[in-house]
Amino acid sequence: MAEFIRFDRITKFYGSLCVVENLELDIAKGEFVSLLGPSGSGKTTLLMMLAGFEQPTSGDILLDGTAINAVPTHKRDMGVVFQNYALFPHMSVGENIAFPLQMRGMGRAEIAERVARALDMVQLSAFAERRPSQLSGGQQQRVALSRALVFEPRVVLMDEPLGALDKQLREQMQLDIRDLHRRLGLTIVFVTHDQSEALTMSDRVAVFNKGKIEQIGTPRQVYDEPATRFVAEFIGETNLVEGVVEAVQGEEASVRLTSGAHIVSAVSGTVATGQTVYLSIRPERVDLTEIRGGARNCLETEVTDSVYQGDHLRVQLHNAAHPLIAKLGRRSREFPPGTKVFAGFSASDCRVIAP
Amino acid sequence: MPMKLTKFAFASLAILFLVAPLIAILPLAFTSSVILTYPIPSWSLRWFEELFTADAWRRAIVNSLIIGSGTTLLATVLGVAASLGLRNRLIFFRGTMRTLFLLPMVVPAVVLGVGLQVLLAGFGLTNSYAGVIIAHTVVAVPFVVVSVTGALAGIDERVELAAQSLGASPTTVFRRVTLPLAMPGVLSGAVLAFATSLDEVVLTLFVAGPNQRTLARQMFSSLRENISPAIAAAAFLFIAMTLLIGLVVVLSRSFLAKRR
Ligand SMILES: Nc1ncnc2c1ncn2[C@@H]1O[C@H](COP(=O)(O)OP(=O)(O)O)[C@@H](O)[C@H]1O
Ligand SMILES: [Mg+2]
Repeated sequence: MAEFIRFDRITKFYGSLCVVENLELDIAKGEFVSLLGPSGSGKTTLLMMLAGFEQPTSGDILLDGTAINAVPTHKRDMGVVFQNYALFPHMSVGENIAFPLQMRGMGRAEIAERVARALDMVQLSAFAERRPSQLSGGQQQRVALSRALVFEPRVVLMDEPLGALDKQLREQMQLDIRDLHRRLGLTIVFVTHDQSEALTMSDRVAVFNKGKIEQIGTPRQVYDEPATRFVAEFIGETNLVEGVVEAVQGEEASVRLTSGAHIVSAVSGTVATGQTVYLSIRPERVDLTEIRGGARNCLETEVTDSVYQGDHLRVQLHNAAHPLIAKLGRRSREFPPGTKVFAGFSASDCRVIAP
Repeated sequence: MPMKLTKFAFASLAILFLVAPLIAILPLAFTSSVILTYPIPSWSLRWFEELFTADAWRRAIVNSLIIGSGTTLLATVLGVAASLGLRNRLIFFRGTMRTLFLLPMVVPAVVLGVGLQVLLAGFGLTNSYAGVIIAHTVVAVPFVVVSVTGALAGIDERVELAAQSLGASPTTVFRRVTLPLAMPGVLSGAVLAFATSLDEVVLTLFVAGPNQRTLARQMFSSLRENISPAIAAAAFLFIAMTLLIGLVVVLSRSFLAKRR
């Protein structure tokens, strides 16, 4: 995979506050990469440095092999979509979309044609003459998107572009943007703090925490094989259980929990025998049975609470040393509190995480 | 109810207090008498005629227009530039700088007048239009700065960043985005600058020669030489001009707002 964008040991300070720390990230051409992390973790700052609005304190940003630190924003050829859309309030929708084309010295006829096509693509042809303030949030969002795409930029940057939309519209736009990405072969860097959005849209997700990337990988990798405790907890819901490694064999480790139970679990990093670790067990991977089932791992537990949530049944369990949560499919039978059950899960549905 | 009535009465009194001088002088513009006093014997437009035919008055009006326009132009350009500079996050002591720009509003005009005369004499600019325009600009710039910084503060910086990312160089961003969005503030600033110049007497006394007598300056001196009702007519003209300018601003602002 040849990298197209490369962040080479980027550090950014605001005064004495270190916002991005020695960060390395490579992005391939045509790739959709999400920067996912809690608010204040430095995602926007990284995006602003890529767009040229901010300068890294140290390190290089490379585009197609050349450092672009000294290239001013207007020569970087990147389309940026802001969370509040940042449309030009004094121009009509059509003029907004024509703006980047005018900047590139295109002829009137060609601009008109391209604007018409761009408006058509986002189903806003009827709104060309309107002012942005006369549009709904979702429509403004689409104008911002088509303004950022119409000049066929080398990279498209989006900073929480769907944050202000309601849930239904947001999910529709997620699919629309993903579709555009595939159809046009765009390189997209997408900032979000919404994990399901990142999982839905991206080729790869970079999980940010305090100015560093904790893990980068496909949605499946960051969800199924979290590398750190932070990633396991930030993406989806998980059970974290403390234990001590007793033996390591290849990709698997045997872990003794504080309750005394033994668990066989998959390992992603390197762990040593005798080390204290966490086990991450996704609630939806846990099965409950009243008699000891055939699962590789089986914990004896008691139901403390169970809540019906429409699409799943959420059961809280207690096992001598630690609480556990299980999410069961909607066809599952009820488990009243007090029921003694076995919580079973396979070794591959369980991850050892070094603390 | 009595409370409401009291408030109304109080407000009316306050307004009366403010416009009483106008009420006192304006009718005299239309007197046929040669002296500036009541009662008015009969109505006439002879003093307006005097205003537009008598050499001294005519020159004063023309001078006011020349100096007013020059001041408006210079003060607006400088004021906009200053406001843009004050917006920069990287400027040290931004607050102090801003206060400095507003200083001419509070420094006594006499002090400024003396200073300007010394300064302009050094450059050989006393008794010249350029000198008077510069002097008026000093007191007009703060109005432009206040008005334009207000307008700039209302602009979302991300809109300008977006323009940059779409390929606009800094000058293009200014021309196509910042300036159009700040236009209402720039217009108000320009009008305030013109009004300031029109009204300015003290600095004019210090730096203007006989050839740069403005309308305000002419009124001031004719008050002492011969108190003719031409002064009232000039005052009327003054107020009419001010109201007209005010109207233009209000209309253009609402026009700009509608385009938004
Ligand atoms: N212009 C700035 N000046 C000073 N601090 C800033 C500036 N921009 C962002 N920060 C700080 O940098 C940190 C990271 O911000 P940001 O990159 O916006 O995070 P995110 O987008 O992940 O929420 C925050 O603590 C924020 O307060
Ligand atoms: Mg952010």
